[in-house]
Amino acid sequence: MSLTKEERQAIAQEAARMPSPRAACLDALRLVQERRGHVPDDALREVASILGMSEAELDAVATFYNLIFRRPVGRHVVLVCESVSCWIMGCERLREALSRASGAPRGGTSPDGRFTLLPIQCLGDCDHAPALMVDEDLHREATPEGAASILARYP
Amino acid sequence: MKPLTGLIPRSGDALPLADYAAAGGYQAVRKALGEMTPSEIIQVVKDSGLRGRGGAGFGTGLKWSFVPAGPDAPRPRHLVANADEMEPGTFKDRLLLEGNPHQLLEGMILASYAIQAEHAWIFLRWEYRLAARRLRAAIAEAAAAGWLGRDILGSGWSLDLRLHVSAGRYMCGEETGLLNALEGRRATPRAKPPFPQASGLWGRPTVVQNVETLCNIPHIVARGPAWFRSLGRGADAGTKLYGASGKVRRPGLWELPMGVTAREVIEGHAGGMREGLRLRGFLPGGASTDFLSAGQLDVAMEFDAVALAGSRLGTGTIVALDDRTCPVGMVLNLETFFAQESCGWCTPCREGLRWAADLLSALESGHGRPEDVETLAELAASLAPGSTYCALAPGAAEPLQSALLLFGDDFRRHVTDGRCPYSLRAAA
Ligand SMILES: Cc1cc2nc3c(=O)[nH]c(=O)nc-3n(C[C@H](O)[C@H](O)[C@H](O)COP(=O)(O)O)c2cc1C
Ligand code: SF4
Ligand code: FES
Repeated sequence: MSLTKEERQAIAQEAARMPSPRAACLDALRLVQERRGHVPDDALREVASILGMSEAELDAVATFYNLIFRRPVGRHVVLVCESVSCWIMGCERLREALSRASGAPRGGTSPDGRFTLLPIQCLGDCDHAPALMVDEDLHREATPEGAASILARYP
Repeated sequence: MKPLTGLIPRSGDALPLADYAAAGGYQAVRKALGEMTPSEIIQVVKDSGLRGRGGAGFGTGLKWSFVPAGPDAPRPRHLVANADEMEPGTFKDRLLLEGNPHQLLEGMILASYAIQAEHAWIFLRWEYRLAARRLRAAIAEAAAAGWLGRDILGSGWSLDLRLHVSAGRYMCGEETGLLNALEGRRATPRAKPPFPQASGLWGRPTVVQNVETLCNIPHIVARGPAWFRSLGRGADAGTKLYGASGKVRRPGLWELPMGVTAREVIEGHAGGMREGLRLRGFLPGGASTDFLSAGQLDVAMEFDAVALAGSRLGTGTIVALDDRTCPVGMVLNLETFFAQESCGWCTPCREGLRWAADLLSALESGHGRPEDVETLAELAASLAPGSTYCALAPGAAEPLQSALLLFGDDFRRHVTDGRCPYSLRAAA
C-alpha cells in the first residue's frame, strides 16, 4: 500500500460527498501530489480502485491536466507565463534568466533537485507582465535582473 | 457608476462580509426569496439586457429560460460559476474573485434560485490561490450567516455551494468541457444539442455563467432592469470590466460603461503607448479575437459594434500591439498556445493548429516560403465555425486570419528578407 490509511479515508469521504465517486478524482490526485510532489503509479492505482475507476481512466484524467505531475518534480515548481502579454513584455529573456539562475532547463529540473521550470499559459495577471509563480506565490513585473533574487527566497 | 468594483478596497484586501452587508449586500437575496418568484427573476434579468461576459455575449435571462420548469422537470439542477479565466490577455475575473467574493456568491444564490438549482459550483483555476482562500472563507461566512445551506431565509429552498479547484488546461473553461471535468472526466467537449440547460452535469439541467456575468445579478435584482440598461452608453446594458496590456503606459483594468471606445481605454485609461512606440493594432478581447487596426480605435467596445468592425468583444481585455513588436511573432505565440491547448478531438484543430504554428515558426525564424502565407490563410479558413466540436478552433483562427489581412506585408517581408525584420527589437 502506498497511501496511508488516513489518505484512503480522506479520499473515500470526499467521494461519498459527490454525486458520483469519480468526481472526487482530481481532489484525490492533488492530495497525493501535495504530499509527494507528484502522483506515482502505485498511488494512482490505489486512488483508481477507491473511486471505482480503471487505472487507465484515471491516468487519462491525470495526464489531461498540466498541473498534475506524473513524474517527480523539484522542491519548488516555477511556472513562467509564456502567453501573449508576457511575451510582448519580454518573458523569453526572463525565462532564460530563471533557467540560468536555477540550473533548470525549460520543462526540466535542476541537477540539485531544487527547481523545476515549467512554461504556463496566461496567469491572468497580464497588466503586471511578465508574471511567474513559484509554488503558490505570484511574482509580478519580474525582470531578468531580478530572477536570481526571486529564486533565493526558495531554499 | 461602478456597481461591480466600487466597493473593492484599495488596500488589496477582500471586502469583508460586514462591509458588504452594510452597503446593501445580500439584500437582493432577501428581496428575491421574499417577494419574487423564480420566473420573475428570469424576466428581470431578460429585461435588463445582460449579456454573458465570458466572451460570447449570449443573453443571460434567455439562457435561464431554457431550463425546464415545473414539478416534473428533472432534478437536481446545477449552477456553475466559470472562474477558469485562462484566455490569454484576460485578467478581469481575478479582481472580482479576490476583491469581493460575496458579490459573486450573492449572484450565484440568485441565479440558482431563478433556475431552482439545489447545487452550485465555482470552477476555479488552480493558479488563483488568493481567490481560492478568499472564496473558501466567504463560503463559510455566508453559510454561517444563513445565506447558503438548508431552507434559506425560511423559504424552503436549499442550496449547497462548493468550490472546485481545477488543474490547468484552457479547455476546462469551455462549458461542456468544464462539465466533464467536474464529473471527473477528461475535459473534452460534449456534442450539442442537448444543451447543458436541458442536460448538463450528470444529465441534469445546468447553467454555466462567467464570474463577471454573475456579479451583475445582485445589482440588477436590487435596482431593476431600467437602471441597469441606463448604465450602458450604446446598445449594450450595464458596465464592463475593460483592460489593457502590452506596451501601454499604464496597463490595468477599469470598470466603465458598456460601449466606451477602444480609444478611451487605450489612450485615456491606459495612457497611450509607451514613449517612442506607436500602436499598430490590438486584440479587443483576448487571444481568440480578430486583430483590429490602429485606425479602428473609435469602435465602441460593445458586442455588436465590435462584431461589425470585424472582431469580437470577447472578454473586453485589450492586448495592444506596438510598432516594435513583430506581428508574426505575436501570432506565432498565440497559435502555439492554441495548438498546445487543443484537446485533440477534431482533426482540423489537432492537426491544423500544429501545422499553422510550425509554419509561423519557420516564417519567424526566416525559413518561410512564399506559399506558406497562403497555406496559413487556408488553415485559418478550415477552422471556421461549424467544422469543430467547440469554439477553440474558430477562436484560434481569428487572430491568424486578421493578422494575415492587416499585417500581410510583415509576413511577406519575413520571407523575402529571410529573417525577422524586428529581430533587433530585444536590444531596444
Ligand atoms: C476553449 C474555451 C475556453 C473558455 N474559457 C472560458 C473561461 O475561462 N471562462 C468563461 O467564463 N468562459 C469561458 N469560455 C466560454 C464558455 O464556454 C461559456 O460560454 C461561458 O462560460 C458562458 O458564460 P456567460 O454566458 O456568462 O459568458 C470558454 C470557451 C471556449 C471555447
Ligand atoms: S475544436 Fe479543438 S479544442 Fe475544441 S473539441 Fe475540437 S479538437 Fe478539442
Ligand atoms: S499573458 Fe502572462 S499573465 Fe496573461
